[in-house]
Amino acid sequence: MAVCIAVIAKENYPLYIRSVPTQGELKFHYTVHTSLDVVEEKISGVGKALADQRELYLGLLYPTEDYKVYGYMTNSKVKFVIVVDSSNTSLRDNEIRSMFRKLHNSFTDVMCNPFYNPGDPIQSKAFDSIVSTMMVQAF
Amino acid sequence: MESLTLSDVEQKYYSELFLFCDVDNTKKVASNGKVLDLFRAAQLSNEVVHQITELCGATRLGHFGRSQFYIALKLIALAQSGLPLRVESLNSVRDLPLPRFVMGKNEQEMRHVVMFADTENQGPYLPRPPGRVQAKKVSAHEMIQPCVPTVDPQPDTTSPVVSPHQSPPTSPHAWRKHKRQASGGNVDRQPSVPGVVWPPFREAQPGPVTGDGMWSAHSPPPVQESWVSFTDTPPSCTLPMHPPSAQPESTTVRTVPSAMTTNEIQRQTSGYDDPWKITDEQRQYYINQFKTIQADLTGLIPGSAAKEFFTKSKLPILELSHIWELSDFDKDGALTLDEFCAAFHLVVARKNGYDLPEKLPESLMPKLIDLDDSAGVPEPDPEVGFSASPVEVTPNKSPSMPSLNQNWPELNQSNEQWETFSERSSSSQTLTQFDSNIAPADPDTAIVHPVPIRMTPSKIHMQEMELKRTGSDHTHPTSPLMAKPPELSEETKLAAAIKFPGTTVGDGYSSSDSFTSDQEPISSAVNRQRSHSGTSPEGLKVVAPPPPPPRPNASHSRSSSLDMNRNFAAVPAGPQQPGVVAFPPAVPPRPLPTQTSVPHGHRSVEGDGLPAITSTSPQQMPEQPNFADFSQFQVFAVDQPADDGEKPSDSGQVERCAETTGTMRTAKNDVQAEERNATTVNSAKVSTPLAPPPKPVRRRLKSEDELRPDVEDLPQKSTVIATVLATQPSIPRSIGKDKKAIQASIRRNKETNTVLARLNSELQQQLKDLLEERISLEVQLEQLRPFSHL
Repeated sequence: MAVCIAVIAKENYPLYIRSVPTQGELKFHYTVHTSLDVVEEKISGVGKALADQRELYLGLLYPTEDYKVYGYMTNSKVKFVIVVDSSNTSLRDNEIRSMFRKLHNSFTDVMCNPFYNPGDPIQSKAFDSIVSTMMVQAF
Repeated sequence: MESLTLSDVEQKYYSELFLFCDVDNTKKVASNGKVLDLFRAAQLSNEVVHQITELCGATRLGHFGRSQFYIALKLIALAQSGLPLRVESLNSVRDLPLPRFVMGKNEQEMRHVVMFADTENQGPYLPRPPGRVQAKKVSAHEMIQPCVPTVDPQPDTTSPVVSPHQSPPTSPHAWRKHKRQASGGNVDRQPSVPGVVWPPFREAQPGPVTGDGMWSAHSPPPVQESWVSFTDTPPSCTLPMHPPSAQPESTTVRTVPSAMTTNEIQRQTSGYDDPWKITDEQRQYYINQFKTIQADLTGLIPGSAAKEFFTKSKLPILELSHIWELSDFDKDGALTLDEFCAAFHLVVARKNGYDLPEKLPESLMPKLIDLDDSAGVPEPDPEVGFSASPVEVTPNKSPSMPSLNQNWPELNQSNEQWETFSERSSSSQTLTQFDSNIAPADPDTAIVHPVPIRMTPSKIHMQEMELKRTGSDHTHPTSPLMAKPPELSEETKLAAAIKFPGTTVGDGYSSSDSFTSDQEPISSAVNRQRSHSGTSPEGLKVVAPPPPPPRPNASHSRSSSLDMNRNFAAVPAGPQQPGVVAFPPAVPPRPLPTQTSVPHGHRSVEGDGLPAITSTSPQQMPEQPNFADFSQFQVFAVDQPADDGEKPSDSGQVERCAETTGTMRTAKNDVQAEERNATTVNSAKVSTPLAPPPKPVRRRLKSEDELRPDVEDLPQKSTVIATVLATQPSIPRSIGKDKKAIQASIRRNKETNTVLARLNSELQQQLKDLLEERISLEVQLEQLRPFSHL
């Protein structure tokens, strides 16, 4: 269960960010922002293979004492960032991957909507519902 | 708790409201949920609401009991009337109007002409004949009906209050533009869904009363409103029938002129169950619109075209985006006809003020087959109910969702089904699920590896088949074979018991025969294979006594050397067997001459004189016509041990001849002389340029040859060989004529070579013939064999 989920556009501005409200969203925003550096670093490392065969799932970007940050970057340079609570029973890698997969699928659905202009904030209810299912069920 | 006196009307109303809120039927209502919604719907500020809840004591208790609820309602009425909230005023105010509730969650609320609860508003309705109350008035969300005592509460409902509010058309003008194109002649359309009753509301937004008035003024049959042309037919609006106040319970039924019958009401109420239904006219209209964008009805409208089209409706992009999300069922970025109709329908609904559903209503889903109860059926709260067209006669009265399922078969029939089922299940998850379920490995219906069955017997193939059968039995789940294992074991036993004679070869051949028939013989063939492989050593041991002629060696199942073995086996006794088949005598019994030569030589020694020798050879000849050649060799072997005709090597022959001659010379000078004569005769016969001394010998041989006119070619050839060989010993003798002799011997050797080559070819030919005979015999055997095993 994620504590915060963010979608960042190619130009590194957020398209969608949502976090469990109880814990002060500003902190998560900051975390997500700093994780972008790590994403860039990971991507540049793969470098030569460039787009083909680069795996979309970037894995654990960096852990802090409270939580872990996972990253995923699509081929169109749209980044998904999931922040997971460390105290949570550590989610297996597969589960994180499946979360990213679901995110990617619903993001694709949003992009397919002709009324959505790429670069706009994502306001799709379907996307919201998917994200809700993944968030910690904090009421 | 302060005592609360309520008028009858109030009592009724409050009880209905309470029942509405008391969904759990626990006689007390939590402060969250419906109660709060209800209170908020009263259009009072939050502070007022809080104050009210405090006053009524709910905050104290933590929940709303019935009395608290009633008090709260009374206070709401007070507040709405603008009176200060005082507990004391609860009972003091006599003419307090009933609290008004605007059940709407969004801004549309404001447009709702909700307020029918007012007694003033009730006025116009009172004069209506009591009886049926049509719920479908848009504005009549709340049941504020209770003010009409004569009106029967909804037939079913217990929750009269909350009717999903319908918002009057937000922008009928835009709608008109949007629809104008097709609105011609639409006036008469069945106003099914968006109750389009809106026209009155166009100007009536602020004035619910007026709307009411209009409504009351008109009580046309419901179906008349043209949903499309709602913009231009205000007077003909048939509000009463349409109100999308689609409460499932049709609680907001208004009394309608007696034109309404029970059936109609029922229809409406039940029709309400599926407010999203598309009527036929609507559908036709949508189809026409579809054609303007995409001529092919089975084709897709690309997203961009759809975007342009729906943008014309002047709905906000966000809502259009949401509509798109709902209607693009397969998420392909394009709209099929069904999806387009659904989207269009949603746009129409939205234009008419209905809230968009969270999920696509079932009636709008493309080609549903399985219905999900909860999907799409409007919940009382958020869903905007388009009243189903009154045409639908759905007997179902219950407002609950399950009714939709019952209605669905009927509705489905009326819907044209353009979509294939694939649309329904096209989401990626379901697709993947389907994929995983498509081909479960079912061992019972395992695909059997095709086992080639050769229909014509052939040795190689038979062998392969046998091997395959044995292998396949172990690895293959094929039922015919698997079914046979017990049988196989039995058969093996039986086979072992039965098949001893002629096991191996016969089995091999019979298996090929079985392949020509069906599986059973094949398995039996396998059995045979197994049996014979398993029992062949045993069989051999047991069988040893009875020696059938075509019996190969133990190790061979199909031995091409069968005959040769027999040949070789029989060779030693060959000379004693006159009736032997024509075998190439020269080649196999190669050692025979040496073997026989010695005894013969010995005999010749014993038998003094050439005549004895010569006589022996002819004697031998009739006995062993095949070996007549070798008798020649024997003759010559005495002083020239004849080499095997197969591999004449000059040196070897010379050596042997020299040796034999050496050995025999002393003992058999006479004989040797005779033999030499014979050899010389032979050699003379073969090659004229032989030394004169051997000539008499050759002549002798020649005579001997002539004595055997019936000798086969081979023997003759062998004699030729013998003569050739015989000439060799002359070499050491005639030293003086070495060169000539050498040359002669060379010539002889060459001739011998040619002769032997010819012999070889003839032998090969004989071999082929024999093999063909063997095959024919095998075929006969196979034909006979199945009968023995059946």
